[in-house]
Amino acid sequence: MIRLTVNGQEQELDVDPQTPLLWVLRDHLDLTGTKFGCGIAQCGACTVHVNGLATRSCVTPVSAVAGREVTTIEGLSSNGEHPVQQAWIELDVPQCGFCQSGQIMAAASLLEENPTPSDTDIDQAMSGILCRCGTYNRVRAAIKRAAETGTEEV
Amino acid sequence: MGITRRGFLQASALTGGGLLIGFQIPAAEARTAPVAEDAFAPNAWVRIGPDGTITAVVGSSEMGQGVMTAIPMLLAEELEADWSRIQAEFAPADAAYTNPIIGQQLTGGSTAVRGFWTPVREAGAAARMMLVAAAAQRWGVEENACVASQSEVIHEASGRRLGYGELATDAAKQPVPEAVFLKESDEFNLLGTAQKRLDTPRKCDGRALFAQDIKRPKMLSAVVQRCPVFGGTRKGFDAESARQIKGVVDVLPLHEDAVAVLAETWWPAEQARKRLKIDWDFAGHGDLSSADISRQFEQAVDSGNSVRAEGDVAAALQGAAKILEATYEVPYLAHACMEPMSCVAEVSDDGCDIWVGTQAQTRTQDTGMEITGLPREQVRVHSQFLGGGFGRRSEQDFVRDAVALAKQTGRPVKVIWSREDDIRHDYYRPATLNRFAAALDADGKPLAWRHRIAGPSIRARFSSEVRESGMDGSSVEGAKNLPYAIDALEVTYAMVNTPVPVGYWRSVGSSQNAFVTEAFFDEMAQAAGRDPFELRRALLADHPRHLGVLKLAAEKAGWGEPLPEGRARGIAVAEAFGSYCAQVAEVEIEDGVVKVKRVFCAIDCGQIVNPSIIEAQMEGGIVYGLNATLNGEISIQDGRVQQGNFDDYPLLGIAEMPAVEVHIVDSDASPGGVGEPGTPPIAPAVANAVFALTGKPVRRLPIRL
Repeated sequence: MIRLTVNGQEQELDVDPQTPLLWVLRDHLDLTGTKFGCGIAQCGACTVHVNGLATRSCVTPVSAVAGREVTTIEGLSSNGEHPVQQAWIELDVPQCGFCQSGQIMAAASLLEENPTPSDTDIDQAMSGILCRCGTYNRVRAAIKRAAETGTEEV
Repeated sequence: MGITRRGFLQASALTGGGLLIGFQIPAAEARTAPVAEDAFAPNAWVRIGPDGTITAVVGSSEMGQGVMTAIPMLLAEELEADWSRIQAEFAPADAAYTNPIIGQQLTGGSTAVRGFWTPVREAGAAARMMLVAAAAQRWGVEENACVASQSEVIHEASGRRLGYGELATDAAKQPVPEAVFLKESDEFNLLGTAQKRLDTPRKCDGRALFAQDIKRPKMLSAVVQRCPVFGGTRKGFDAESARQIKGVVDVLPLHEDAVAVLAETWWPAEQARKRLKIDWDFAGHGDLSSADISRQFEQAVDSGNSVRAEGDVAAALQGAAKILEATYEVPYLAHACMEPMSCVAEVSDDGCDIWVGTQAQTRTQDTGMEITGLPREQVRVHSQFLGGGFGRRSEQDFVRDAVALAKQTGRPVKVIWSREDDIRHDYYRPATLNRFAAALDADGKPLAWRHRIAGPSIRARFSSEVRESGMDGSSVEGAKNLPYAIDALEVTYAMVNTPVPVGYWRSVGSSQNAFVTEAFFDEMAQAAGRDPFELRRALLADHPRHLGVLKLAAEKAGWGEPLPEGRARGIAVAEAFGSYCAQVAEVEIEDGVVKVKRVFCAIDCGQIVNPSIIEAQMEGGIVYGLNATLNGEISIQDGRVQQGNFDDYPLLGIAEMPAVEVHIVDSDASPGGVGEPGTPPIAPAVANAVFALTGKPVRRLPIRL
């Protein structure tokens, strides 16, 4: 049995400890907002927070997060009101939308650590989150918008 | 105001009260049953509930291009609907949603707005007129004393108002109008404005569902191992070890060329797949390589079929002051949609249900019918969001996997391809080899242009006519329609089909032909001693829309103005899918790597629906083409694809994304495509900038310095 907390709820799972967190979230906990894109931590579609840090769930064995707190896109806010989500909506960032959970989770983690990121900071934090539709310029603008909102709130 | 026939409009009452406007598009009648009588079925363009909720039912596929917003905007414009209360949902597969341009329910070729521009506005106009008639009747006034605005009918003289919800049930009893009146473009309130996408909120919190997210009771997850060599088949397999993995339910032979592992969840199936021992028959293709294919192209390229012949090219070449010759090549490319191919199917006595993100609902039904033997009306397609389409999701291979396995197992089956499956078993953008010759006179004026293309045909797979004629229009688009005023012009195409499957890839033939023609054009300009923009301008005098975007892009980019040391501009223009697009790229070379700093994009796509979506599509088209310019290459060795994942088929990341300025031409022309026209000009614009920087022409993609 592996115990972990997902979006604030304690979970007890009887799964192969090597199973990647991604598939535990998707197939065992029905949290499908986190996406499977590559399986080798090259695309970032599977990005979640583990104890607040952006983590590629497709290469993280579930045993490695035992006892930790996992947050997925479904748990980032209760009603889509996280400043990053709000900025995303305001600037109409998504196209196909498939990579966007990963983009948003990575951006939220970046802003948590660095509330006023420079372009270089954004490049570094976001460069592993691939988008095939080409939403990058709006992703960048939305991170800056969310940073402004976040700063105003403080 | 334009009047259009309403003969194919029909209205029927919703059981729960409300108004439904349905279409029967004549071309589709023979293919499927007419619109279902069941009024609860969302099988037409609009539903208005008694609570005033307006639901636009969208028969086109949402793959990021914004159709789930654009189609409702067309509807709402004529319906005079309150946009803030419009919602959108996906239609089932039904003849009612046949795209008039394509003749199927298929989203591709940048045709959704072009195909539905008139019929959807007619549906909105007819609904509005019936709502107005219902209100006039209730008030006992003339219809023309009433106006519709913001989901209300207003009697202007008395100031009385009724909301669409209050009128819906009565409106459904009104006769369908004899004719509908469509607005002129200067009367538009909504069209042409940057409305927010209707699908954005659910794409920001994990609610948007893709096929890989679908779950059905008792569903199995499946992984499919295909023969790694194209054209090979399965001889036999040993699954004993694979079956030892906990969670594995079954291992089954699939089609002629695959083995499927079925498990309670996806991960054990994927683990078990690695333990399969499969004996393949490579059908003699086990030695095929990119070098072989390139040689086949080279042998065929000078003996192609004529596509265009004007003037006497041979004579012009003979008498020319200067002759220029060059060979250009582009590789196969994978689509690499962010969502690997995935599909869920369930086959029961009651029919076949398919949950899939597809560009091709009609073909998906065909696939279900072929495998199950069920009639069309019992094959139900539940369209989901597409995690990227780009042409890939018009194919049926992954749908076949799911339906065949659901039929074999009697349980719902979800197939999710791994990224490696997706990259190694694509229908690739064709590789081609192109041989050019140009003749210039003593003053540098181009006298002749010869372009010979060799490469595989996409349509050969679907059409014996294409195979027999050796001609495929999609292979020559972007080459055949070269717009420049050159007296002697010759374009030929030699069809060379190989075991490597090829398919439609964002902007199709123009994706490679715009590169090769526009890059060779700059070689010609250099040989002529002319500025590439000025020479284009001189040769486009009879093509005002090409010229319009060319001049706009050049002006916005400051063409001719000095740039910082080490930076250069390149320009290119292309017509594709009824739209005209020019781009100027600013490029630097840093440590031997091409860096695209800025792109100025001018697009003339006729009348527009939503400028914010157009801007996003231009950026998207540019990134898609930029990947092909800088990174993309699928190579073949030992009959198989050498790449497998994003480590060896890399995609551009945010750090490599150039700043993009999009300028939309104000136009009254009929709507053109938007999803694809942004892709063709970027490769030649970047290649031409690199040529300007290095003095060496770029004749192959991806660019390797």
